[in-house]
Amino acid sequence: MESLKLVPLSEAGTGDLFIIKKLHLEGTMRRRLLDLGFVPENTIKVLQRSPLGDPVAFHVSDTTIALRKEESSKILGELITDGTSK
Amino acid sequence: MEHQNEVTIALAGNPNTGKSTLFNLLTGLKQHTGNWPGKTVIHAEGFFQHKGVSYRMIDLPGTYSLFSNSADEEVARNYIIFEKPAVTLVVLDSTSLERNLNLALQVIEMTSNVIVCLNLMDEARKKGIRIDEQLLSKKLGVPVLKISARNKEGITELLDAINAMANGDIQTIPISVQYSKEIEEKVMKLEPKIKEIFHDEYPARWIALRLLDGDEGLINELKQRISAPNKRGLSHGSSLSIQI
Repeated sequence: MESLKLVPLSEAGTGDLFIIKKLHLEGTMRRRLLDLGFVPENTIKVLQRSPLGDPVAFHVSDTTIALRKEESSKILGELITDGTSK
Repeated sequence: MEHQNEVTIALAGNPNTGKSTLFNLLTGLKQHTGNWPGKTVIHAEGFFQHKGVSYRMIDLPGTYSLFSNSADEEVARNYIIFEKPAVTLVVLDSTSLERNLNLALQVIEMTSNVIVCLNLMDEARKKGIRIDEQLLSKKLGVPVLKISARNKEGITELLDAINAMANGDIQTIPISVQYSKEIEEKVMKLEPKIKEIFHDEYPARWIALRLLDGDEGLINELKQRISAPNKRGLSHGSSLSIQI
């Protein structure tokens, strides 16, 4: 199957859905994110940005988790924009 | 005191699953709290009796995982591996099983004496979530019980299951998570060597997986235990020196 263009999670806008495909992280942080539900093929939703734009809150496996750009830029996947995002 | 004959039970679970509610319900006021040796992690243990058997229950820190990313996870993991409780109860949030089963699978990989408690069943019902606990039990290979610690539902059944498992009346067939061919081949090479060193003292497959994971914390822990064999005892008192 031909894969779509992968984008970093940090580029997703509020309200967007995002299907995780790859984690470009190693070691403890990778493990931690996997445990929190940032697992390949999982769909997550961008909930809201903090006033300064970082961190960003995500809805993942029924819970809200906030990530900094440092981490979210290393999570790659397919973006499903609902059109209302800014 | 009756400390010598106590059966030890560990309580594991994600944060906010009602783990401590269950702990308080079972042990009431018979509790001690303090810190784990050398860690600023709360250590809570309590006591209760059921059908004439005395139990000592350890409330492990609430964690999402047991891969020792934090002091909490290390404490919980070390307790299950090195102190070998007779039964480990894994308390899950029934309204969020996808998230919670991660920890259950990790515990099942470490020990076969596991009972899974589906807690917050009252909330799950309100949300219209239905769980086939018998099917889940079949798939996991360990007992799965629905409870609501808050409403004291399912507690007698849980205590009976603990009793049966501690007596050796329940045979579990824990699910074995299969990894990629490459990993499984390496596990097969490592397992016999691990058994040579530790015999059946620790779960060889689990240790093999941790070695492949490059888990330095565990490797150091094991080295310490080879050089200074720790008096392992399920009994309480001065012999319970958890070397962390």
